[in-house]
Amino acid sequence: MANKSPQIPSIAELMDKIKSGKIFSDIAKEITESQVWTSTFRHGYADTPRNRVLQIASNVWLHLHPVKIQRHALRIKFTWCMGGITFLLFLSTVVTGVILMFYYRPVGEYAYYDMKYLQYDVPFGMLMRNMHRWAAHAMVITVWLHMFRVFLTGSYKPPREFNWVIGVLLVTFTLLLSFTGYLLPWDQLAMWAVTVGTNMARATPFLGNEGPFAEYVGATPRYDVRALLIGGSLVGPPALLRFYVLHCIFIPLVAGALMIVHFWRIRKDGGISGPL
Amino acid sequence: MAEANSTEKPASKDAKGKKAKEETLETIWSRREFFSLAGWAGFLASLGLSSLYFARLLFPRVLFEPSPIFKAGNPSDYTVGEVSTKWVKDQRVWIIRDDEGIYVIFAFCTHLGCTPRWLKSESKYKCPCHGSGFTKQGVNFEGPAPRPLERLKIALAPDGQIVIDKSKKYLFEKDEWGKPGSKLFV
Repeated sequence: MANKSPQIPSIAELMDKIKSGKIFSDIAKEITESQVWTSTFRHGYADTPRNRVLQIASNVWLHLHPVKIQRHALRIKFTWCMGGITFLLFLSTVVTGVILMFYYRPVGEYAYYDMKYLQYDVPFGMLMRNMHRWAAHAMVITVWLHMFRVFLTGSYKPPREFNWVIGVLLVTFTLLLSFTGYLLPWDQLAMWAVTVGTNMARATPFLGNEGPFAEYVGATPRYDVRALLIGGSLVGPPALLRFYVLHCIFIPLVAGALMIVHFWRIRKDGGISGPL
Repeated sequence: MAEANSTEKPASKDAKGKKAKEETLETIWSRREFFSLAGWAGFLASLGLSSLYFARLLFPRVLFEPSPIFKAGNPSDYTVGEVSTKWVKDQRVWIIRDDEGIYVIFAFCTHLGCTPRWLKSESKYKCPCHGSGFTKQGVNFEGPAPRPLERLKIALAPDGQIVIDKSKKYLFEKDEWGKPGSKLFV
């Protein structure tokens, strides 16, 4: 019992350890052999094919990532890395968007002044708002370029046709994110852009009050798909709140789920398509 | 026909009955299948019902919006043969009185939604945005507007005042300008 109790090293011993640098390997050993470390990182650094697979496949953060990437998939000339850039921009908007949510209130009386407050009185607020805005604009551009690249390289062909459809949905949700975010500054530009934009919903077949066959469904300006979208018959405070919820919760959740499927599917369809 | 049917029916019934008996013997639901189906049915029914509730929830019973209905004074306030522009700023309508009665035109260009101006000297509504022109009655005759201006519902309140309901429109292209409510005969 007495032998097992930890011994306090003498100063001379400690100085020896520090001088020889042995102390660093001792500390490293102490950490990497602790239960916290071994239960978090369950595979060592042995560079064997099996171990490399296990490192990716047994980690919840990495398991969506392919275990192996073919050399051609890294050629920037082929992929332009447009999908990756789009995802990076999406992550930027998520981070900056959450930061903006600390100050922004989606209420008619406050929204515009919160936006101004963020810009002029909150440290780095202008930077966060503009990062959010430019990342969103850039994401719309890169997502189209990504689609263009996939089309040009024929990467939409079987077995990747399923992922093309997921991608088309993701383009749509990217545009809807932009459109719903456009109302939130609550200025004249936002008001009228969304007024014009949602007026198109009036012409929806069956569900819009000015659309074909509306009379069979009984759609009226008060009860139609446009009123559902903006919570009334004109773009007012209810529309602001609805667009805020759609912009911050609903569409990001759906788009995020589709992104998981999209990335997973790339790997399951044999990785990024090869050069023709 | 009736006889033919009556002779055919029992025959087909028998055939069906036999078939059904055979099938029930082979494919009768086990307890497990029954509970599985009942579970799924219950799940889908509650999902469908709650979707309906949610769809209805998105249409509140009360909207805090300006009322589309307003009173516009007495018929005697309006001169025969004239277009009154006194409500354009507040309510975006013109009130026109002719020999027969009074009707209301929505001051909303059918091209892209600007507010046209009533030009008395030229006796027409002229849109400043893209130059659409409409006659005094509201029919488009120049510029890009694709259809006539819209008329709104007009009625007389018990106190003798004109009541205008902007939520009810009367469209020329649907032949609604002659419908009751589109014009107040005084």
